Amino acid sequence: MTPVDFVFYLFSFCLLTGGIFTVISKQPVHSVLWMILSFLSGAGLMVLLGAEFVAMLLIIVYVGAVMVLFLFVVMMLDVDFAELRAEMAKQLPLALVIGLVLIMQLAMAFGAWELGGGVEILDSPMGTPEGAGAHNTAALGLLLYDKYFLLFQLSGLILLVAMVGAIVLTMRHRKDVKRQDILEQMYRDPAKTMELVDLKPGEGLK
Amino acid sequence: MVQLEHYLAVAAALFVIGIFGIFLNRKNVIVILMSIELVLLSVNINFVAFSAYLGDLTGQVFTLFILTVAAAEAAIGLAILVCFFRNRGTIAVEDVSNMKG
Repeated sequence: MTPVDFVFYLFSFCLLTGGIFTVISKQPVHSVLWMILSFLSGAGLMVLLGAEFVAMLLIIVYVGAVMVLFLFVVMMLDVDFAELRAEMAKQLPLALVIGLVLIMQLAMAFGAWELGGGVEILDSPMGTPEGAGAHNTAALGLLLYDKYFLLFQLSGLILLVAMVGAIVLTMRHRKDVKRQDILEQMYRDPAKTMELVDLKPGEGLK
Repeated sequence: MVQLEHYLAVAAALFVIGIFGIFLNRKNVIVILMSIELVLLSVNINFVAFSAYLGDLTGQVFTLFILTVAAAEAAIGLAILVCFFRNRGTIAVEDVSNMKG
């Protein structure tokens, strides 16, 4: 067993363990933490495959942003998770059946799978093909900014739409809070709001 | 020697775990969203494995796009969840019938 094999099995074990405990753990916060382990192991597998850029992106985007978002929401919502958990035993048989059926389907698909004509599987993984660039990140950048430029821009648009959507969904106007209304301030007319009174000494304002 | 099939087996197992989680936590929409992320991670591993073993970078580019869409989907899903919780005070997805769909 070479070191690469050992690292592969270690990462795979951590990945699957993290996945299982994400699904079955009692507390959602624990689920999020197990899931972080899962994503880190997945990134490790991708490094083994020679795809460093995607691996680092997975860590930055998922562990750094998405999982923190999940943690934030789990902690912010005041939900009785024990009540939701009570239903889990009832769902277990159906979930097991569906999982088994899915495994059988995947095994059958794998049994029938063969490579198309003229396609050759390499003996060892090669994240960056020869001639594509010196480095995985550089090669990906060349491809992304050249051949897939339109798709790259479109994915940026998707992120923008998601950002606007999330803000619109979660923004709320509270009635009991005084807010600054700039238009109202601008259109305020001194003639209507202010009155000059000439007061004589000794008299009050009627 | 780690072959392509090893990676495919790991990704398939993770995929099944993700689907299993969706059905196991039918009530808890947060864990459902996390299970969906697990499924997407397994698909990403498949893409990267094929990309590496075929010597073709297109799979990794596709993984980037999946990552983008998954991040957007998680953000929107959690925003809907927060919005729903504010209105109903619960996140049980079984009795979501506001729209009578």
